[in-house]
Amino acid sequence: MSARDDVLGSVRRALAAADRSPVPVPDGHRSRPGPADVVGLFAERVADYRAVVERCSADEAAGRVAAVVEGLRVVVPPGLPWPVPGAVVDDGLTAAELDGLDAVVTGATLGIAETGTIVLTHGPGQGRRALTLVPDLHVCVVRAGDVVGDVSSAVRLLDPVLPQTWISGPSATSDIELSRVEGVHGPRTLHVIVVG
Amino acid sequence: MTATFVGMPPFPEAARAALADTQLRSNLAHATATIRAKRAAVVAEVDDWEELRLAGAAIKDNTLLHLDEHLVALEAALTARGATVHWATDAAEACAVVARVARDHGVDEVVKVKSMVTQEIGLNEALAAEGVLAWETDLAELIVQLGDDLPSHILVPAIHRNRAEIREIFERRMKDVGRPAPDDLVDDPARLAEAARLHLREKFLRARMAVSGANFAVAETGTLVVVESEGNGRMCLTLPDVLVSVVGIEKVVPTWQDLDVFLQLLPRSSTGERMNPYTSTWTGVTPGDGPQEVHVVLLDNGRTRALADEVGRQALRCIRCSACLNVCPVYERTGGHAYGSVYPGPIGAILNPLLRGVGTDEQVDSLPYASSLCGACFEACPVRIDIPSVLVDLRAQVVDAHRAGAPKPEALAMRAAAWSLGSGARLGRLERLSGVVGRVAGRLGRRTLPGGRRALGRLPGLGGWSGARDLPAPPVESFRAWWRRTDGGRTEERA
Repeated sequence: MSARDDVLGSVRRALAAADRSPVPVPDGHRSRPGPADVVGLFAERVADYRAVVERCSADEAAGRVAAVVEGLRVVVPPGLPWPVPGAVVDDGLTAAELDGLDAVVTGATLGIAETGTIVLTHGPGQGRRALTLVPDLHVCVVRAGDVVGDVSSAVRLLDPVLPQTWISGPSATSDIELSRVEGVHGPRTLHVIVVG
Repeated sequence: MTATFVGMPPFPEAARAALADTQLRSNLAHATATIRAKRAAVVAEVDDWEELRLAGAAIKDNTLLHLDEHLVALEAALTARGATVHWATDAAEACAVVARVARDHGVDEVVKVKSMVTQEIGLNEALAAEGVLAWETDLAELIVQLGDDLPSHILVPAIHRNRAEIREIFERRMKDVGRPAPDDLVDDPARLAEAARLHLREKFLRARMAVSGANFAVAETGTLVVVESEGNGRMCLTLPDVLVSVVGIEKVVPTWQDLDVFLQLLPRSSTGERMNPYTSTWTGVTPGDGPQEVHVVLLDNGRTRALADEVGRQALRCIRCSACLNVCPVYERTGGHAYGSVYPGPIGAILNPLLRGVGTDEQVDSLPYASSLCGACFEACPVRIDIPSVLVDLRAQVVDAHRAGAPKPEALAMRAAAWSLGSGARLGRLERLSGVVGRVAGRLGRRTLPGGRRALGRLPGLGGWSGARDLPAPPVESFRAWWRRTDGGRTEERA
């Protein structure tokens, strides 16, 4: 008998005498009233993680990005809607090559106000997962219209087939005496520009 | 790692040693107080927290009651998305799968995402026996691994270490296994985290194979989820060519939408944050992004034994947040090592006996008693595992498992109580006897309880128990005798 048959057989035997009628699942949390100022709350909650947050109009976005990465070795994903002067466009750089760069600029699929979270789904304008991981500064441009109120709304909108990275502030650890320290293996600085 | 939980003494003995370690107690008191305050603050922000807990418990219960169907669905979805699914009934089989993948790719090292299940199955030791080094990349796991130590907490395995101890471990050990600690390392958490960043980066950049667990596995889509803070998880899940994820069969949730409940419950209960810094989800293989060879090992290792336990089944809802550890008065004082398992604290006190069974190992059988049954764990649990009820049920199972042979003094005492309380006449005779004892003890007893009543000191045969407790001397007259003598208090009052 295969391990698969063993495991499934054990599961079925374990449940043979169980009452398998469904337990009702409350789902009121999926229809909570959203926050009044979704974008304002998002900016505030991102900043709570000690990320840098700024807000600007659509016209100002490119200028703000350029100012943040000025003088740095920057990489961008293909399909980024904002021009970044002097940036290398990722065409499958190795991890070691990415490690030699200072910053990455990407867009995002969603922002979640309640938790101050940015969600990347790694399509055009966001790049493959390694891109936003190895460089030490991640500049992320989030459109105000893409910010949703809470986690439930975000999960509803996201496609599970795409790989996702949910980012809430810079990389951090609480492993030493449970006091939070920003900056371990991921980007030590997260700079979020909320546009519109 | 050479340290092992194998051969640990039963809880009372291990706890006694831990309680004597004042450094440990001070480290734990500080750390658990910090995390309790953080959790309380972010849980209070969520108005419908109780409803979320109910939803989390219900989703897990529904999944567990149809686990066979969800596992088959998960397997199909994973396979359809290019992942290779393996099944393992026990630790040895799971370790063998991982070792075989490593051998097939000719690697002699793997990087690891922090994972409880790979600790549970002793994967690092099994890989070492095959000549493959497993590098722990979570900061706390790194501290434990470099210190040849054992984990003592689910979330923060090095919670028993303070910053000075960590600096010493880094200075002494990093140079043996890779990039040395910086010369000017001081015991500041930010500097220690930076030392780990530098030390591990070369390992991440060259690694060809990674091993992870998963916090959740979505049956309908084949999506795996890893929740983390440092970015070491993202490094392991993204940079190597080959990824093997070992997933306990209880990690399944039916649908993608179900994650909205757990992604709210877990970070707030675990690190006390609104959201953890990084959550990664992936569904099989994504062409051009991340590992192009993805394996998933579905592991039983005692979970179906727990599933068969009608009361204990709920322990399989556990999402490994560790909130129960942080609020437990016993854990706070003894630390995690005393539980003799990678799963310490209240959840460990039920999970270990449920996964391994009672009646064969004295250490496992001691765990259901490692609790005052105060219930703080149940209150903190984001998926409402009624740990005290499971503990009580397991205590009964432990007692039942030891019924053969001479009965214990406790069992004899209980039997005697049942006999005497079962009949008014028997009770009356015993009360007269205890009155005699009370008169004698009243004269001989040296101690006096608050209120002036005499107390008995050490009792023969109950030395350990009575050494720390005062048994009130029996009253010279029983209530019923007093009632008869005074006509229910009327004649006494007149007198």
